[in-house]
Amino acid sequence: MPKRTDIQKILIIGAGPIVIGQACEFDYSGTQACKALREEGYQVVLVNSNPATIMTDPDVADRTYVEPITLEVLNAIIEEERPQALLPTMGGQTALNMAVALYDAGILKRYQVELIGANYDSIKKAEDREAFKKVISDAGLAFIQSGIASTLEAAKALVRQTGFPSIIRPSFTMGGLGGDIAYDMENFERAVEAGLASSPMHEVLIEESAIGWKEFELEVMRDKNDNVVIVCSIENLDPMGVHTGDSITVAPVQTLTDKEYQRMRDAAIKIIRGVGVDTGGSNIQFALNPANAEMRVIEMNPRVSRSSALASKATGFPIAKIAAKLAVGLTLDEIRNDITAVTPASFEPTIDYVVVKIPRFAFEKFPDVDRTLSLQMKSVGEVMAIGRNFREAFLKALRSLEVNREGMEPSFQKNLGVEALKKMLSRPTFNQISQITDAIRLGVSIDELYGLTKIDPWFLNQLQQIVQIEADLVGLDQDAVLLRRAKASGYSDRQIGRITHRPESEITAWRKREGIVPVYKRVDTCGAEFEAHTPYLYSTYEQECEAAPSDRKKVIILGSGPNRIGQGIEFDYCCVHAVLALSEMGYESIMVNCNPETVSTDYDSSDRLYFEPLTLEDVMHIVEVEKPLGVVVQFGGQTPLKLAVPLQKAGVQILGTSPDAIDRAEDRERFKKLLDKVGLKQPTNGFARSIEEAEKTAGEIGYPVIVRPSYVLGGRAMEIIYDPQSLRDYMVHAVTISPEHPVLVDDYIEDAIEIDVDAVCDGEDVFVGGIMEHIEQAGVHSGDSACSLPPFSIGPSVLKIIADQTTVIAKELKVIGLINIQFAVKDGEVYILEVNPRGSRTVPFVSKTIGQALAKIAMKVIMGIRLKEQGIMKKTLHHVAVKEAVFPFKRFKTDAILGPEMKSTGEVMGIDQDFGNAFAKAETAADNPLPTSGTVFISVKDGDKAAVTPIAQKLNALGFQLIATKGTADYLNRFELKVEGLKKVQEGSPNILDRLKNHQVHLVVNTVGDKRSKEDSQVIRKRVLQDGTPYFTTIAGAKAAIHGIEALLKNKLRVRPLQVYHQH
Amino acid sequence: MNKPAILVLEDGTSFTGQSFGAEGEAAGEVVFNTSMTGYQEVLTDPSYKGQMVTMTYPLIGNYGVNAEDEESERIWLEGFIVKEYSSFPSNWRSEEALDVLLKRRGVIAIDGIDTRALTRKIRVHGAMQGILSTETQDTALLLERLKKVPSLVGQDLVTQVTCAKPYEWKGETGSTTRFHVVVYDFGVKRNILRSLAELGCRVSVVPAQTPADVVLGMSPDGILLSNGPGDPEALPYAIAAVKSLLGKKPIFGICLGHQILGLALGGKCFKMKFGHHGGNQPVMEMATKKVQITAQNHGFAIDFSAVEKDIEVTHINLNDQTVEGMRHRNLQASSVQYHPEAAPGPHDAAFFFKNFVDSCSK
Repeated sequence: MPKRTDIQKILIIGAGPIVIGQACEFDYSGTQACKALREEGYQVVLVNSNPATIMTDPDVADRTYVEPITLEVLNAIIEEERPQALLPTMGGQTALNMAVALYDAGILKRYQVELIGANYDSIKKAEDREAFKKVISDAGLAFIQSGIASTLEAAKALVRQTGFPSIIRPSFTMGGLGGDIAYDMENFERAVEAGLASSPMHEVLIEESAIGWKEFELEVMRDKNDNVVIVCSIENLDPMGVHTGDSITVAPVQTLTDKEYQRMRDAAIKIIRGVGVDTGGSNIQFALNPANAEMRVIEMNPRVSRSSALASKATGFPIAKIAAKLAVGLTLDEIRNDITAVTPASFEPTIDYVVVKIPRFAFEKFPDVDRTLSLQMKSVGEVMAIGRNFREAFLKALRSLEVNREGMEPSFQKNLGVEALKKMLSRPTFNQISQITDAIRLGVSIDELYGLTKIDPWFLNQLQQIVQIEADLVGLDQDAVLLRRAKASGYSDRQIGRITHRPESEITAWRKREGIVPVYKRVDTCGAEFEAHTPYLYSTYEQECEAAPSDRKKVIILGSGPNRIGQGIEFDYCCVHAVLALSEMGYESIMVNCNPETVSTDYDSSDRLYFEPLTLEDVMHIVEVEKPLGVVVQFGGQTPLKLAVPLQKAGVQILGTSPDAIDRAEDRERFKKLLDKVGLKQPTNGFARSIEEAEKTAGEIGYPVIVRPSYVLGGRAMEIIYDPQSLRDYMVHAVTISPEHPVLVDDYIEDAIEIDVDAVCDGEDVFVGGIMEHIEQAGVHSGDSACSLPPFSIGPSVLKIIADQTTVIAKELKVIGLINIQFAVKDGEVYILEVNPRGSRTVPFVSKTIGQALAKIAMKVIMGIRLKEQGIMKKTLHHVAVKEAVFPFKRFKTDAILGPEMKSTGEVMGIDQDFGNAFAKAETAADNPLPTSGTVFISVKDGDKAAVTPIAQKLNALGFQLIATKGTADYLNRFELKVEGLKKVQEGSPNILDRLKNHQVHLVVNTVGDKRSKEDSQVIRKRVLQDGTPYFTTIAGAKAAIHGIEALLKNKLRVRPLQVYHQH
Repeated sequence: MNKPAILVLEDGTSFTGQSFGAEGEAAGEVVFNTSMTGYQEVLTDPSYKGQMVTMTYPLIGNYGVNAEDEESERIWLEGFIVKEYSSFPSNWRSEEALDVLLKRRGVIAIDGIDTRALTRKIRVHGAMQGILSTETQDTALLLERLKKVPSLVGQDLVTQVTCAKPYEWKGETGSTTRFHVVVYDFGVKRNILRSLAELGCRVSVVPAQTPADVVLGMSPDGILLSNGPGDPEALPYAIAAVKSLLGKKPIFGICLGHQILGLALGGKCFKMKFGHHGGNQPVMEMATKKVQITAQNHGFAIDFSAVEKDIEVTHINLNDQTVEGMRHRNLQASSVQYHPEAAPGPHDAAFFFKNFVDSCSK
């Protein structure tokens, strides 16, 4: 049946900023959808507030709106663009919820926009628990016993029926936000209150617990002829009770017989039909009682998801792309399978390998967060690995995580003893796998481990086999048969080296002498039944190699590995641009990465894709097979950067900026010499290798100082220290110091303005792509600070100094490619804080603002095309873009204070004619919308009282009511302001908490000084986060907010696509 | 460590691994099966008589074996070839590990070989004869022995797998007995009998060589021609019997039964390069243009182009356009090349039994 001709223009809503539970998998799916629809001849209008995505590249859609995803904005865009259809299934829960809101508000009807992919009724049926329950029982299936409650009393009535432990899930939230498990009434009440607060519908589901049951997922697709296929089956290694996003998952299912699997398949088909998803993909989750295979349906997502991205990468079947084509009326049999080229998409992929996904957590960033894994997702990224057995895939995935562990080496709790270990095992944490292997080493049986963890014995046995190899290796370090067995089970050379106390290089040499090298197999959707035309490869230790490298000129791009705080989608964006540039120049592009969520690991992105860990050994194997011109390390963040020197030592050509130049910028001492040489300034600084040295250095520099370990990412363990006592605390508790790993001590320039610059250098010329002014003062991590491009408060003379200094440094370092420099400006003086001769987090933001793709330009420079030859010229901007960071504070129920340690998971961009409007949009997009009237609560530290006064005056003039803590109120009232003073929380009611609870506060300005005031006021910030009240924790942020509020009061909302901004 | 084992193909390629089943030597046509679950059903499917099967999914044995999932009373295939045998089964229904069953039933099995390389070889060169041995590593000797092993073509394997005497299916049945179906056992899978019984049929199973008049003497409401191994052209007795049954009773064929019916109706049989063996084959129903995902297991197929006047092709395979189902335009005779009974595989086509049973009432 042909595709629809009654629609020409289709609106796609993206997922917005990267948050826990909704990450770059939606960039992957959205990009695929845009490409697929345009391939079919449709015009695509895209809305997404996240500038770090490939999907918001102006080349991907016809009209790209980088705007907040709100009802008001969507209404304006629909009014402007008049699309005939809206595809709501590509942007996660955000897009689905927005589609429902647009429908409910009558906007879709008013402009005659049809929902395609999933209609209103099917979204409702899948998302509304009661409706979904009916679908399940109509299909003759069993649903977990549950009921909906919108009050605490109703919830309590329900739990009396369903019993403890009880599961509490808020309706219509994403990533299990607000979900909890309660074992008793007291915890239950707390969980219900939190759940009700986080549900947009103010509704929670109270559910019987199937904790300890096995959990499975099926990825299902359906077309308009009612053809249904199962793309992938996934078995969670972790039992029910751990959010699937936080679970280790395995594809395909490992422990079900065909009868059980087919029963689940039948159920999935009945559900997708019952819900009525006419076209597209859905994810359906099942719980299975391990004792009798009793099956319960857990939930369904009528859209592409994290799991569908994983399933696409795991099978080679591009779910989002095909879902997009189904949405416009094509049927599965009319769509070709890209990989085989001869068979249709109406089949079920069969795989001949094992896929393991392991989540990555960021608990080190949030020390006070509960590390138990539960219903609410806590991981920030994930890796996937492919092998021909479970052990191989599992160990490859473990080393892909980049958490300083090669495999399952004995972990910390060495001296803990068996009993303590067993006790820990009964509560799943991010570290449970090491605890299990420690327990195996201590002789705990599989039966007992199963009793404690409810992880299927089959998986436990596999872990036991891995540990057994380790034990065998200890005794036999010259046994080639054993070496081969260890390699085939996924052991890395480095890990074998650690076990046998030999350097990695020695193991590698021995292995090569024995002729033990990996081969590459293809991911082909069909278990080799048909020839694979796409080189999507993974390594294994077997007989036949299918790599079949070409004799073209080729370049390897190393990706950025798992998303983590400090290294996320921005780097994948850069890698994808590098790949695109290589294709434009006629080179073969080879991508190496292990993150299943990304666009870079779409087999469609590069000419050849190696889904492999980013370690020296794994990359070297690929280099040996492919023999590229060289390897590019500057786009994927720290992950490839730290391989630069080892790769070069191994004889690999590093293309672009030399590893030595990278080291000159990263090594503090060499960096100091560099700046001295070119005569530029940096804040006074020094090193400390001991507590005494630290005190001495800090004393010389003068407090406050910024301290941090050397070689870190995302400001890990970085702190501002105001006094010697805090310094001692820091040195003792926060870092491990050693002669090789000194602590860096820098002068903290208070109240300086921080500047970020992204530039491209070809060795002779420098193109300064963007100079960004941070909103928050220096000292707040650049990744956490909002910033404005162009700057809003810095004059042309200082801007020129910054541009000149950028040029001097780039040339001195002989940078070939991207460079990022951070400056601090105070009283007209410019200081250099940091130089990163590589792609930075802000490259996509700058590229989208200026309409020039920096990473692409850089890749061309790397391949020898000079900036002049590329015709790159600076353009004057007629608009302002503001980037704002997005934080996981609410999810983690943790404090919202910003500091030198990066805590944000994602970012949004607001773009408009001036700073105020752009800032207001950015805040709206970051879910911190600025109010235009109401009450503002102010509570600032003493040092900020003078600075907050003009802000209070301005707010007063704009018609806001002001309330403050007693001290702040007394101070402000001296300036003829009528500020109502409130009691402190400790002083009893009525205090600020009561006002917040009653929703009588519309904006909060709260800055804190020392630890004590921070602790005292934390309860306020937690309440603010829970209620979603807009807030600022810096004076600079509050000042910017005034600009934003003024702009909102003055100007009407204006929406414009990037393509129009870039024309000017 | 298990004893070494070796697989040698007719072109001289050899794969060395370990034995995990019975010891000895076996030969047959090597085919690959792409089902990710259901190894026990594959092992006990009589259609694999004369063949050795390699599973493309690398981990086999994970969920053990149990009495319920047997598709016949023994293992018929000649040898079993896997990437990694998993000796630690975990499933609530598991009764024993797979290797125990293989050893007890005398089936030779090898693991630790590059089954993907083997599969690719078969894909490129077509199904090949192979010999599997735990007795010797001497490839020249094994190749010599392999030459003496007859090809599947022209061989009547059905005689070896059919039942010796007629019997009534005593498995679980539906509530009422509506019809009487006689099933020709060319190597029938239990799930066919089970499926009919569940729809309320009394099911009588007869040996492959049962003459037509004997079957008619049983007064069936319908006749089902079962699946089975090997070359349909080697079964003249069956073709003859079907010819005399045509037009007298509704006839329904599955797999080999489809091929026998096809030959009886004038179709031409050909051997496929490596056949269809797996649970993910897309089949289009021509009338509705709807696609079913089907379980399949056949190395021969029927071409009906010469008899288009009488035969309507009702189903085709979307991967290679071969015929997957047909019906006679005038007579009550229809058949499918694939396996509506699944086991292993998807249940998309299960309604075929209902259609057949419904046609019995006409």
